[in-house]
Amino acid sequence: MIEIRNLSKLYDGVAAVQDVSLTVERGQIAALVGTSGSGKTTLLRMINRLVEPTSGQVLIEGKGTRLLPSHLLRRRIGYAIQGHGLFPHRTVGQNIAIVPRLLGWSAEQIRDRVDELLALFQLDPVAFRDRMPHELSGGQQQRVGVARALAARPDLLLMDEPFGALDPVIRAKAQDDLRQIQRQLGTTLILVTHDMEEAVSLGDRIAVMDKGRLVQYAPPAEILTAPATPFVRDLIGSDQRPFHLLSLTPVHAIATEGKAEGAPLRREATLRDALAECLWSGRDVLPLEGGGVVTLAALRAEAAPLARAAE
Amino acid sequence: MRGRLDRPGLLFALIGLAGLALPLVQFKPNRIVLGEGLRLPDALSAGLPLALVLAALLLAGCLRWPAAGRLAASLAALVGVVLALGAAANALVPPDNTLARVAPASGFWLLLLAFSLMMADAVARLKPALPVRWMLLAAALVLVGLVLGSGALDGVSVMREYAVRRDSFLREGQAHLFLAFGSLGLALLVGLPLGVAIHQLPAGRRPVLSVLNVLQTIPSLALFGIMIPFFGWIAATVPGAAQAGVSGIGVFPALVALFLYSLLPVVSNTLTGLSGVHPATQEAARGLGLTRAQVLGQVLVPLALPVLLAAVRIVLVQNIGLAVIAGLIGGGGFGTFVFQGLNQTAMDLVLLGALPTIALALVAGVAMDLLVQASARRPKGARP
Repeated sequence: MIEIRNLSKLYDGVAAVQDVSLTVERGQIAALVGTSGSGKTTLLRMINRLVEPTSGQVLIEGKGTRLLPSHLLRRRIGYAIQGHGLFPHRTVGQNIAIVPRLLGWSAEQIRDRVDELLALFQLDPVAFRDRMPHELSGGQQQRVGVARALAARPDLLLMDEPFGALDPVIRAKAQDDLRQIQRQLGTTLILVTHDMEEAVSLGDRIAVMDKGRLVQYAPPAEILTAPATPFVRDLIGSDQRPFHLLSLTPVHAIATEGKAEGAPLRREATLRDALAECLWSGRDVLPLEGGGVVTLAALRAEAAPLARAAE
Repeated sequence: MRGRLDRPGLLFALIGLAGLALPLVQFKPNRIVLGEGLRLPDALSAGLPLALVLAALLLAGCLRWPAAGRLAASLAALVGVVLALGAAANALVPPDNTLARVAPASGFWLLLLAFSLMMADAVARLKPALPVRWMLLAAALVLVGLVLGSGALDGVSVMREYAVRRDSFLREGQAHLFLAFGSLGLALLVGLPLGVAIHQLPAGRRPVLSVLNVLQTIPSLALFGIMIPFFGWIAATVPGAAQAGVSGIGVFPALVALFLYSLLPVVSNTLTGLSGVHPATQEAARGLGLTRAQVLGQVLVPLALPVLLAAVRIVLVQNIGLAVIAGLIGGGGFGTFVFQGLNQTAMDLVLLGALPTIALALVAGVAMDLLVQASARRPKGARP
């Protein structure tokens, strides 16, 4: 569990982050969103003390982060950034091995861990272990960057715009993979993004930052349906609200009995996918794999938060 | 027709033909007077056929043909021109005459330039792999050694000056290398930490670089003008300073001057090299838990290495050349011959100092270029 208490950072008397308090439960994903200059990256960097707070404190599992020298603290916290930051003069394997080596693992342990992580990120260890970063595609570099951050089995992973440099197709896949791996490992994840869609699809909770202050910290559905300030509402964008909301729920959650014509939908597909399919194919009812249907009427009801709240 | 013309070859031919038209050697009754110039056909019994062959090679060089052939032809021509110089010297001076001198003249230097350029151009076009280029450098050195060692050039004026100064030549050679490498070593010892320091503390950059820039613009003679009284005073007044080697003239101020001139390239290249490392790489290194020293040693310096080696190259070549001025203040080195020769208006003696200096600078430059390239290549396993 990560507890941030009254954290502030002043640069020349101007607050970059002002009196922020929030708690991230173990194994959860918190997405920090905001416009550029909102202080979200500074807040993230204060957690592993790349930036030293002016006041306030950070507690990890109840222990203050100032008890350790900052470089020892960082070796226990995973860190992945936009543009991956891989060491260009080291192989993929050596890059992943950086923190375990700093921690003094044996060569055998390190080799096993590198291969394990490469396999976890769907990179064949034999083919990729000895390659140089510049020989990889952008998506592969990004995966190696995350694998490196997870190398020493940290309980907490910090990510700063980890998918910022990827094109949309690879990006969606990378997000799916990250969520899957995060659930599998049970790692607590704090992620900075300027992309509300990314925050909604990944975050268990979303923290919205504006001018150094935390303006709302809540689950995605609450952020979407009950924005705390006009700023939060603008950040979501009124044209995107219903679609974000639909993307939070899988279709099997609102499936009803019945039969329908046409190609069936995956059960894990989101309501947003279902709506898109309805509009595109001109159908009012879609069959699901393994039985059941989802109706356009039900989708409409889900996308209208006021109606849903009245139920 | 235009498509078959080789433009660089055209330039080399112009230079070479001018060389053939100008005197190959200067025949002087003694070492101080200006002598008469003799062109290749007049200087040597076999001069006319050799001149015709060289002219033919130069003209053929204007057309396109394979680089390997150009390399062989230019190498043969170079050896031919040098041996012709030696033969002319032996032929023109009667064996019992110890006063007369035969010195290389403008035609010789132009021919040397033309065929050297042709050879360098051919090597550049061949794009040899790194190991091959090391071997080419070694082969060139061996060839020069063989020609000099064979005695074929012993009649030439410069070699006659060498013959009577063999011992001091070796001594001054050592002194020259000591000045060049010693000042480089000092500059690295001080400049690398200084470069690292101003990289870590950006506030220090402007003052440090400004001071070094000003130092760089002081002419060497003016620098000596400042240092001679200054160090002389220190040696005379500070106890132990003279024993430690401090003096107004000699090796000490020469070494200090070369050291000061080396600081700017070393410091600014260190800063450039370190600043060239991608910010994301540094950010990631710190974020993963490397200490400042580890970031420097494991990330910044290895990635900046090619730029650091480029600084070593600049400084080494610069100091080999600059070390000549040490001869002016009794610091030793090949400059000793240069200034002696200037005082005696004996150009052969000037050449005895200048030629090895040029050769040293050339070899150092080529060798350092090869080192820089080797360091800039990807580490092993990087081949696609």
